[in-house]
Amino acid sequence: MSEDVQAHIKLYKKIGVALMVLTVVTVLVSFLPVGVALGVVIALIVATVKGSLVATYFMHLVDERKTIYFTLLLTVFFFLVLIMIPILGHTDTYGRKMVVPNSDAAVAADHSEAAH
Amino acid sequence: MEIPYIVDERPDTGLTNVKLGIWLFLASEVMLFGGLFSTYILLRINAADWPLGADILSTPIGTFNTAVLIASSITMVLCYAALKQDDLPGYKRYMGLTIGLSLLFLVVKSYEYFDKFSHGDYPSVSTYFAIYFTMTGLHALHIVGGVIVNGYFLGPGSALWNTNKQQFINRIEAAGLYWHFVDLVWIFLFPILYLT
Repeated sequence: MSEDVQAHIKLYKKIGVALMVLTVVTVLVSFLPVGVALGVVIALIVATVKGSLVATYFMHLVDERKTIYFTLLLTVFFFLVLIMIPILGHTDTYGRKMVVPNSDAAVAADHSEAAH
Repeated sequence: MEIPYIVDERPDTGLTNVKLGIWLFLASEVMLFGGLFSTYILLRINAADWPLGADILSTPIGTFNTAVLIASSITMVLCYAALKQDDLPGYKRYMGLTIGLSLLFLVVKSYEYFDKFSHGDYPSVSTYFAIYFTMTGLHALHIVGGVIVNGYFLGPGSALWNTNKQQFINRIEAAGLYWHFVDLVWIFLFPILYLT
């Protein structure tokens, strides 16, 4: 029991060091000249790795019951829906008058031939 | 009336009610912060111009505070490990450190806030400052809540150790899960507000 806990303590300390190193990495990659969009993506990837380490080891998700996994699966699903709402709101065209480019080309050509 | 399954696991879920309860609470917290992250995306992708966080906020201060919060997460998990080893003084030492680091985080955050206010940067100035103060403010309130709960477990709440060790360990595990969640939220707030 005690040896088991000792092994866990060693692991917690290693994860802690990894999190500190990844924090420095997060800051360093923000200086890369890759543009805003890619910069945000890289920052979020590093943050996801850090978050996964916290959830997996500090929150003991590496060894948890199925009830917790099921609860979290539902949470992740609804979280993604929540995140998608503004993106859909930004990209959807519902209610907007659509103008298809060059849609009147055939009509214009007919008129042109009739004129000759 | 006694709350059932706060010491032993429920046969059907395989969990104590304490643990299932805190995870359900954290699921609701994900949706709370998720709503704000969603708002952040909406504001940012629709903004004609969005400032670079590093130009407005201090990256060294933000990085320092991130390290402080990660350190508090490490000491919090060591609290739990100390109790597992039947080491109450060790637990108190790590819990004291966790609270100290939490207060340091709040002091640094307050300094950042007052620095912005002294330059006239209020939430009403721009959508960036509106979402910055809302997200970090809500996060700071969670830190305050955690300090109060952890303070109770360091002080009067630790008397439970003398009467029911396992129940006390379960409580500290739940407090730890909450604290790691607060750390996890900051891990995402830091890059989106300070760096990009």
